[in-house]
Amino acid sequence: MIFLYAFLVGGLICAFGQFLADRFKLTPGHIVCLFVVIGAALDVFALYDRLVNFAGAGAQLPIMSFGHSVMHGAMEAAETKGILGIAGGMFTLTTVGITSAILFAFLTALFFKPKS
Amino acid sequence: MKTNQYTRVIKKHEAKPSYFKNMATAFFFGGLVCLIGQSFLWLYVHLFNVAEETAPTYMLVTLILIASVLTGLGLYDQFGQVSKAGGFVLITGFANSLTASALEGKSEGIVQGIATQMFKLAGAVIVFAVLSGFFFGLLRYFLVQLGIAPALDHQTVTFLMEVVR
Repeated sequence: MIFLYAFLVGGLICAFGQFLADRFKLTPGHIVCLFVVIGAALDVFALYDRLVNFAGAGAQLPIMSFGHSVMHGAMEAAETKGILGIAGGMFTLTTVGITSAILFAFLTALFFKPKS
Repeated sequence: MKTNQYTRVIKKHEAKPSYFKNMATAFFFGGLVCLIGQSFLWLYVHLFNVAEETAPTYMLVTLILIASVLTGLGLYDQFGQVSKAGGFVLITGFANSLTASALEGKSEGIVQGIATQMFKLAGAVIVFAVLSGFFFGLLRYFLVQLGIAPALDHQTVTFLMEVVR
C-alpha cells in the first residue's frame, strides 16, 4: 500500500510544482527554493513527519524533505545544546546527501564529456 | 492607447499553457521516480538487511548517483524535458543541477571550472535551506519551550514498519 501512497504523494507534489511554474511563470530555481522553505515551515508543527510516515519515499524524495531534515537536525541538537544547537545541528542529517551529491557530481564531471 | 490595444491583441493570441496536461505529466513521472525510490527502500530492507533507520539515506544516495550518471550521459536533460516538474522538484533534480553545472565548467579547469561552478544553480537551495532552517528552527524552539509546538518525535522511522509488513 505504501507503494501506491509514495506514487500518489510524490506525483502530487510534482504536479503542484508544475502548476506554480505554469501559473506564476516561475523558473525551476524559484520553485525548488520555495519548496525547501515550505518543507522547513511544515516541520514547525511536525506536519511533514506525518507525510513521511504516510508516503515513505514519496515524501522523502521531493526537495521539501531537504528543508525538513535541516529543521530536524537543528531541533535534535537544540534539545541538548539550546539555541546554539540550531546552528550546529542543521546539517547532521543532510550531510550524507550533500557529500554524495558533490562527490558524484565531481567524478561525473571528471570522467564524462559535456554534451551540448 | 495603441500599445494598450497591442497588448490586448497579443494576450488574446498568446498560447495558453495547458495546465492539466503539464500537471498530469509531472504527476506521472514524479510519482514514478518516487515509486522507484520506494522499491529501493524495500530492496535494501528485505534483501540487503540494511537497518531500517539508514535505508532511506542509502536510497537517496542511490538516486543521486543514478541522476549524476544519467546527467553525464546526457540522458537526464531529455528526461527533464519530457517529465516537466517531475525532473526538478525531486532530489534527483538537485543532483542533476550540480552535475550539469560542473560539466559546463569543465573546459575552464578543475578548480576554476568544475569546483567553482558546481553550486551555480544549487547554491540557492543551500542558502534558503539554512535561512529557513534557522528562522523556523528558532520559532519551533520557542514554541516547544512554551508548550505550543510538539517536541521532536524520535520515532520518525515508524513508517518503515509498514514497509516490513
